[in-house]
Amino acid sequence: MIASADITTYLASPKLADAGYLLSAVLFILGIKGMTHPRTAVRGNLLGAVGMLIAVLVTVVRLGLLPVGLAGGAMAIGAAIGWVLAVRVQMTEMPQLVALFNGFGGAASLLVAGADIAQRESLVTVVEKVADKVQPVAPNFALLAAGAAGLIGAVTLTGSLIAAGKLQGIRLVDRKPPAGMQFVSGVLAVSSLVLLGLMVAGYAWAFWVLVGVAAVLGITLVQPIGGADMPVVISLLNSYSGLAAAAAGFLIQNNVLIIAGSLVGASGLILTNIMCKAMNRSLANVVFGKLEPSAEGPSADEVYEGKIKATSPEEVAMLLDGAQHVVIVPGYGMAVAQCQHTVRELADELENRGATVEYAIHPVAGRMPGHMNVLLAEADVPYDKLKTMEEMNPEFSQVDVAIVLGANDVVNPVANTDPTSPIAGMPILEVDKARTVVVIKRSLSPGFAGIPNPLFAADNCLMLFGDGKKAMVDLVAAVNEN
Amino acid sequence: MTTFTIFVLAIFVGFEIITKVPPTLHTPLMSGSNAISGITLIGAILAMQADFQVAWLAPTLGFVAIVLAMINVVGGFFVTHRMLAMFKKK
Repeated sequence: MIASADITTYLASPKLADAGYLLSAVLFILGIKGMTHPRTAVRGNLLGAVGMLIAVLVTVVRLGLLPVGLAGGAMAIGAAIGWVLAVRVQMTEMPQLVALFNGFGGAASLLVAGADIAQRESLVTVVEKVADKVQPVAPNFALLAAGAAGLIGAVTLTGSLIAAGKLQGIRLVDRKPPAGMQFVSGVLAVSSLVLLGLMVAGYAWAFWVLVGVAAVLGITLVQPIGGADMPVVISLLNSYSGLAAAAAGFLIQNNVLIIAGSLVGASGLILTNIMCKAMNRSLANVVFGKLEPSAEGPSADEVYEGKIKATSPEEVAMLLDGAQHVVIVPGYGMAVAQCQHTVRELADELENRGATVEYAIHPVAGRMPGHMNVLLAEADVPYDKLKTMEEMNPEFSQVDVAIVLGANDVVNPVANTDPTSPIAGMPILEVDKARTVVVIKRSLSPGFAGIPNPLFAADNCLMLFGDGKKAMVDLVAAVNEN
Repeated sequence: MTTFTIFVLAIFVGFEIITKVPPTLHTPLMSGSNAISGITLIGAILAMQADFQVAWLAPTLGFVAIVLAMINVVGGFFVTHRMLAMFKKK
């Protein structure tokens, strides 16, 4: 453990450390700023990593922890695990991994608060002493911060684990929720606030009860949320992992934790908001509501009867032969079939024949924000070919062929035409305006919203039934033969 | 109060920059910012300095917190780098 002389040095020279923390905070901000363009993003991420390194070094030096001993051992273990996870992960599994990392971040903040509480009760707290010297804090305010870190951290941990489990398709968590789950969530949420109130009143022991209640709350909140709503959930948990770190920062009175934590909190909230807008739903509706087809809505038979035109890869190949402008609309189906590379092959072949190929990406396509973009980038599709909904929609009337690959609700014209539909008002990719639409899909089964899609029955729509990967491979072969 | 000022200002800075991030980089933004939220590692290192003899729970929790935060930091930055390296212009 640490000698008292070291603590004295630490307390005596906070200026150097604070300068280091300030530098890391600036690097974090510049790092995120780098993310505003693909050209500067790699450098941005490195700046963030350097900021983190500086913060750690400054802390270690300040504590006189060289050689670092046990803390270094813990860091080595964590670094090794993190590295292995990052190297091993498939791009299609990215949503699960990000969810998992969010959870670990939340758990770490919760444990930092827990350690503070543990010391508080025995009245020996280095952190507290440091905090008192740097700036006096009212104990109740510190307990509020500890409680917030515990509450948010625990919800983030268990919520993220459930989300990751659902995304990985683990049966134990990915099932229909038992009735009354949301009532339980309500009771747990109220209990959490009461316990937080007890902490503010000075009862430090309430922390552990609060953590327990919040851990269950994370499970009951996330478990009933369906797969297609995962982009919202992951964004929100991302925000929470930041807010938990900021709360821990308030507790130990450390500015770099507060700044970094609130940056991440803001980032996650913005993404959450973008995802909700892209579905025309409120956050409350995503978390507590249910997407259900209305009783008055037309049945699948009424929509599809006699109007579906099934096609073959050869027919689509002929169609593509004369096409000048082709747009590919990927959805979660592309991730499931892992056919992004085959999609790129098709695009290459068409481009060799002089066609323009672009990709139209709906904000909530896939299971996390930007999911499709990462998969297509992995397949070496240049990022300037990836178009947003706003960029692409005015263009669709000039598109010869739109190929919809594993997307459904985000191209359902009902969103614009039927105000009683569960997806009414949701902004969609208006592929129905293209001259011809080819939909690659296993069957006519409905998407997440559970409603039939009149696009499939439209005059200009052809259905290429089959597994995404196989259909794409056959299509590439047919185009090559042409 | 100073800390609260910093908190509010940092949130504003965050909103200003992040709204400019294009949708194509939303996944790396998320994993990269997630790595940054691993800054709680600093709190974990401080927590581990408590005297084991007096309050054994605190340094133990600190140890686990360091491991978890470090997974977040190293894994987050590394996987973000992997993704960003794939984004190329024609």
